[in-house]
Amino acid sequence: MTEGFHRPYTEMILNRAAPASTVGIVGWVRTNLLSSWVNVGLTLLGFYVIWLIVPPLLMWAFFDATYVGTDRFACEGEIGACWVFLDQRIGQFLYGFYPSEQTWRVNIALILLIPALAPLLFDNLPGAKYGRWFSLAYPFIATFLLIGGFGLEEIPTNKFGGFMLNITVGLSGIFLSLPVGILLALGRRSQLPFVRIFCVMFIEVFRGVPLITMMFTAAMLLPLFLPPQFSMDLVVRVIIVVTAFASAYMAEVIRGGLAGIDRGQYEAAQALGLSYWKSMGLIILPQALKYSIPGIVNTFIALFKDTTLVIVIGLFDILNIGRSMVANPDWLGLGIETYAIIALAFFTVCFSISRYSLSLERRLDTSR
Amino acid sequence: MAEIQKSESSSGSLWTNERARGIVSQVLLVGGLIAVVWFLVFNTNKNLEQAGLGLGFGFLADQAFFEINQNLIEYSSTSTFGRALLVGLLNTLLVSVLGIITATIVGFVMGVLRLSNNWMISRMAGVYVEGTRNVPLLLQIIFWWTILSGLPRVADSLSIGNAVFLNNRGVRFPAPVVEPGFGLVIVTAIIGLFVALIISGWATRRRIATGQGFPSLWVNLMLIFLFPVLLFLMLGRPLSFDVPVPGRFNFSGGLNITPELVALWWALTLYTGSFIAETVRAGILAVNKGQTEGAYALGLRPGQTMRKVIIPQALRVIVPPLTSQYLNLTKNSSLAIVVGYQDLVSVGNTALNQSGHSIEIVAIWLAVYLSLSLSTSAFMNWYNSRVALVER
Repeated sequence: MTEGFHRPYTEMILNRAAPASTVGIVGWVRTNLLSSWVNVGLTLLGFYVIWLIVPPLLMWAFFDATYVGTDRFACEGEIGACWVFLDQRIGQFLYGFYPSEQTWRVNIALILLIPALAPLLFDNLPGAKYGRWFSLAYPFIATFLLIGGFGLEEIPTNKFGGFMLNITVGLSGIFLSLPVGILLALGRRSQLPFVRIFCVMFIEVFRGVPLITMMFTAAMLLPLFLPPQFSMDLVVRVIIVVTAFASAYMAEVIRGGLAGIDRGQYEAAQALGLSYWKSMGLIILPQALKYSIPGIVNTFIALFKDTTLVIVIGLFDILNIGRSMVANPDWLGLGIETYAIIALAFFTVCFSISRYSLSLERRLDTSR
Repeated sequence: MAEIQKSESSSGSLWTNERARGIVSQVLLVGGLIAVVWFLVFNTNKNLEQAGLGLGFGFLADQAFFEINQNLIEYSSTSTFGRALLVGLLNTLLVSVLGIITATIVGFVMGVLRLSNNWMISRMAGVYVEGTRNVPLLLQIIFWWTILSGLPRVADSLSIGNAVFLNNRGVRFPAPVVEPGFGLVIVTAIIGLFVALIISGWATRRRIATGQGFPSLWVNLMLIFLFPVLLFLMLGRPLSFDVPVPGRFNFSGGLNITPELVALWWALTLYTGSFIAETVRAGILAVNKGQTEGAYALGLRPGQTMRKVIIPQALRVIVPPLTSQYLNLTKNSSLAIVVGYQDLVSVGNTALNQSGHSIEIVAIWLAVYLSLSLSTSAFMNWYNSRVALVER
């Protein structure tokens, strides 16, 4: 045996830094982008696709774009996007035909939404307990602000429009469909046969048909079903239909949450002598709702996107405002810009809600 | 004592007796429902009477007097309402089937790419998924339709290899023309497919029994493709394509897909594809990591692990939500009405305006969509029970 091959260590070897190629940016690039020849190829392909799409898009959307003017003729001869309509029509996009001197009411309703939602979304907020009373009162305050009466100028709902209409229909649907959905979910699991059959039929019918057919029903059949003197506001009809539709989906989500509750919880509630409603309200539902929050949020997102369907019965939500603006000779041919802006509005709202739901899911996961 | 007596006496009353309360609440529910239905029927009858409209499906046999620009079966404005609705239903099924096929492909590819260990690729798939599923489908349909109708006029069509032409009237592509003898080629291919199935079954059994391999892939490819292709060439190519030729005002020959169908199909594909991608991703993630490690330990390569270990198990998780996505796609195809693609809802809406029979048309809509969704959920229950049996 040669010397040096067998060398007894007499002292500890000090910790050495990891090789430079496995840590930091270099390490990250090596493991995430260049781990094999296939990955090198894919990365290059990815860069190529980005290079194909992003620079022209940026040029079109920002650097070559036209921003100021009064109509589309300001953009004549320009190659980039034409954002002139934003400056001219932003009011209509946001508020529809709501009288422009009254739009402060919409803004206040929207600002008040923040303190109304905050105690529901973040339970570690100081004063969240009292804030929830405000959340409960918010729908009434908002309705009063938007419609008026009691001293405020009354504004008929046919003036509602733009993104405000989407938000109004969406929020009303969300607010109303949760309690209805809970009742339907409980009814579907009920021991009482008629209650169960009714709930199953309601849920399956509304989940089985497209919302658009229900919109037509609201617009054309409801007046047939009701006495002639009993005319119902179109926006109210839409809200009812959207609520019924969303609560059917909500019921299924909550039913999933109810099914996930251990049997022992029901039995313990019974053993304590709680009545059906008390055991549901105090023991079962708080747990079931917690587990169904991701599903509930997804239903909300779907509901909000579906508010664009009011277009088929002639209401002017943001999409319909955009669509009719594009058909106007002053703004002809600006379809891509208009729809991109509307898409951005929806994306911002829906994406942030879904991110919130993801973080909530993680939080609930660790607490389990 | 007084309290105990009180509770005893009240436990005998109707209010605290659970059975009695159940019966009473159900009687109330049923009674209320009957009252509401009676109220609605009463009003409807009165309203219909005042409008001079009758109720009944007899109008389906009347002449429809409107055109449908895309029909899979013979249809003209002299056809009946019933036939018009049938054309609409077939159009719904056409776009749904097309959409389901392409959305599945897009969804599976994107779902797998989203799990790629290449950061760039998974991020790009993520951008696609988040970007499409957070924007209303209706907006996407209108957007693609705007782009398609912004294509050049027929005279300046964009051409791909002088065979496929894009213009503001849609996509025109070569139409296959079948000549005698082509049926024989198809039959050969089908027989080849059956023989291939038998061979691969035999090869698997032999491999399990003796450990000997068999190049079944190459043999099967030969059976399914090589023989039919040889026969095809021997018979003098009994299939030709009717390539569209640009004319002065329109094309002669070829098949045309309307921009409405393309926009709807494309938007449904992208939108549903993003939901399917999420389903696929969740399904793959649901398979225990130990399965992958076990497969590696057995010496399977990553591709084999995916094909033979992960995907079969992931499918069990994926299929139920996948069927409900297919159902959603079918229901969402009713948004066709905004771009004028004539599906069941759109044709029904026209028929409704022409005939005034709104209740009957809505009833037909509900019946068609409900039977589609109920049969799908029946299939899903059957599949779930079958998978559960395999599992245990």
